Amino acid sequence: MAAISREEVAHLARLSRLAVTDEELDRFAGQLDVILQAVARVGEVVAEDIPPTSHSVPLTNVLREDVVVPGLDRDEALAGAPDAAEHRFRVPRILDEEA
Amino acid sequence: MTGKPKKATPAKKAAPAKKAAPAAAAKAAKAPAKKAAKSAPVRSADPTAGDLTRLTAAQLGQLIAAGEVSAVEVTRAHLDRIATVEDRVHAFLYVDTEGALAAAAEVDAARARGDKLGPLAGVPIAVKDVLATRGVPTTCASKILEGWRPPYDATVVTRLREAGLVMLGKTNMDEFAMGSSTEYSAYGPTYNPWDLGRIPGGSGGGSAASLAAYEAPLAIGTDTGGSIRQPGAVTGTVGAKPTYGGTSRYGLVAFSSSLDTPGPCARTVEDAALLHAVIAGHDPRDSTSIPAPAPDVVAAARLGATGDLSGVKLGLVKQFGAEGAEPGVVAAFRDGVEALVKLGAEVVEVSCPHFEYALPAYYLIAPSECSSNLARFDSVRYGLRVGDDGQRSLEEVMSLTREAGFGAEVKRRIIIGTYALSSGYYDAYYGQAQKVRTLITRDFQAAFAKVDVLVSPTTPFVAFPFGSRTSDPYQMYLADLYTIPTNLYGGPAISVPCGLSEGLPVGLQIMAPTMADDRMYRVAAALESTLPPLTPPQL
Repeated sequence: MAAISREEVAHLARLSRLAVTDEELDRFAGQLDVILQAVARVGEVVAEDIPPTSHSVPLTNVLREDVVVPGLDRDEALAGAPDAAEHRFRVPRILDEEA
Repeated sequence: MTGKPKKATPAKKAAPAKKAAPAAAAKAAKAPAKKAAKSAPVRSADPTAGDLTRLTAAQLGQLIAAGEVSAVEVTRAHLDRIATVEDRVHAFLYVDTEGALAAAAEVDAARARGDKLGPLAGVPIAVKDVLATRGVPTTCASKILEGWRPPYDATVVTRLREAGLVMLGKTNMDEFAMGSSTEYSAYGPTYNPWDLGRIPGGSGGGSAASLAAYEAPLAIGTDTGGSIRQPGAVTGTVGAKPTYGGTSRYGLVAFSSSLDTPGPCARTVEDAALLHAVIAGHDPRDSTSIPAPAPDVVAAARLGATGDLSGVKLGLVKQFGAEGAEPGVVAAFRDGVEALVKLGAEVVEVSCPHFEYALPAYYLIAPSECSSNLARFDSVRYGLRVGDDGQRSLEEVMSLTREAGFGAEVKRRIIIGTYALSSGYYDAYYGQAQKVRTLITRDFQAAFAKVDVLVSPTTPFVAFPFGSRTSDPYQMYLADLYTIPTNLYGGPAISVPCGLSEGLPVGLQIMAPTMADDRMYRVAAALESTLPPLTPPQL
């Protein structure tokens, strides 16, 4: 049985903000199914009482002295933007027409 | 691939080449410093005598410091070599000719002023295109970042500049460091100098190939699942993944933040150690940077080069048995282990029962982190924007941009990560993978209670032909079978050449405990001192 359907891949692509083509969906569905079946093997390990590791270096609350250091100036920060206006990042509309 | 006939038999060529140029250079590298500096460039019987690109980084640094050659001359020699071979190798995405010559001139000026130069001042270096370089294009081999010039340097790059290293340019890689062959670069693959019809490994194939093609004596890579070590293995070069947190991730474009580790690539163990020493150490700009002094890897490499490993215990991982590896790789690895035993090392078999789940755990954890990290490519702050016609919404523009800007492997991993992190699947996939990560760490800790280092082949197969593993992505993932456990644990590991299989290089991996990077350098240098150097065919 397939671990993941074409419809699920389409849904995940939408969540991931990827406007995938029909051809990609056909291809990815099969490939992702192979990969997910392989990685699902982690489920074979008995690990109920095992704590998860998110990170190999167990550092917490890494702080520094509260000293002002120079950062990027505005023009540098905007220099790589695909579109800028009035010293800001310009973005396409974020609300629907009817909103 | 390039239409060039395959190199006849590098295996047969390699044996007589023992006494040829690079062998002489490599031997000179092991000679005491002053002697090496004087003797190396004047080997007259040698067809490449006087060729600065054949020297080690240590030798070049000594010659420059002694004033026998200028940094500008060394840089020009490497730029010329790049101009000669790059159309066949394609190791670089960008060559910074002007920047390199200016940096070299600065080193020469500093020397003229009487400044004391570090051991690598004036030595050229190639930098993987995943590290931010101020004013120099940084693409991660992706269309989504085409033309981006970062407004700041990565900490690793800052440290290179401070040590006087001369950046030649940015090297090719799999897009966003996801892959094992450079075939997932949006700008075309890099070709393995050993056989131009085969992959140079990945993701850092450009960095490794630049070394094997003598375009650069040093390179920087990053290793998330094996991206320094596997390219090192298949190009016959040395690649070291430092302890996670031992080198800074500031300015490294993130793929999987809990695994990404910058590290050194070189043609000799000593060179790798010298470069490691330049980039390692605490960085307050990376909150996962370990606030402790880096181990003295240079001293360890020099100790190892004396060829004595008495009292050193090597662990052979039972679960890494011959299964999955090519017979020629296993044979070369066994020869390598035998050579280490002759130097006094003792071999102990250790059991790491959870290693077989490392690959599945990695391919849940890394894509999960990637799906989150790559959300930053939103068509707003940098890079590509597609379909902004004044009508479409931000969400539509973002989806069209990411569709156009990301390649297939990046999309696959983003989708897998989104799946593994979604509610209903989180516990069974991502959560379970994190528990497996704990068990793998415990396996390492138990093993290191019995042995000093673990050894294995670096990768199960030699450089494979282009196109042979791209149709089934999981077949590509298997290249990282032996390198991934270390990334999940966070310890250091190094790949060092141990012989040939069917004329192609095989790497031996040495894994050490967290913050014991020096141990792996000692063993690696010992192995290098006892095996004939591998010499790639003339390009």
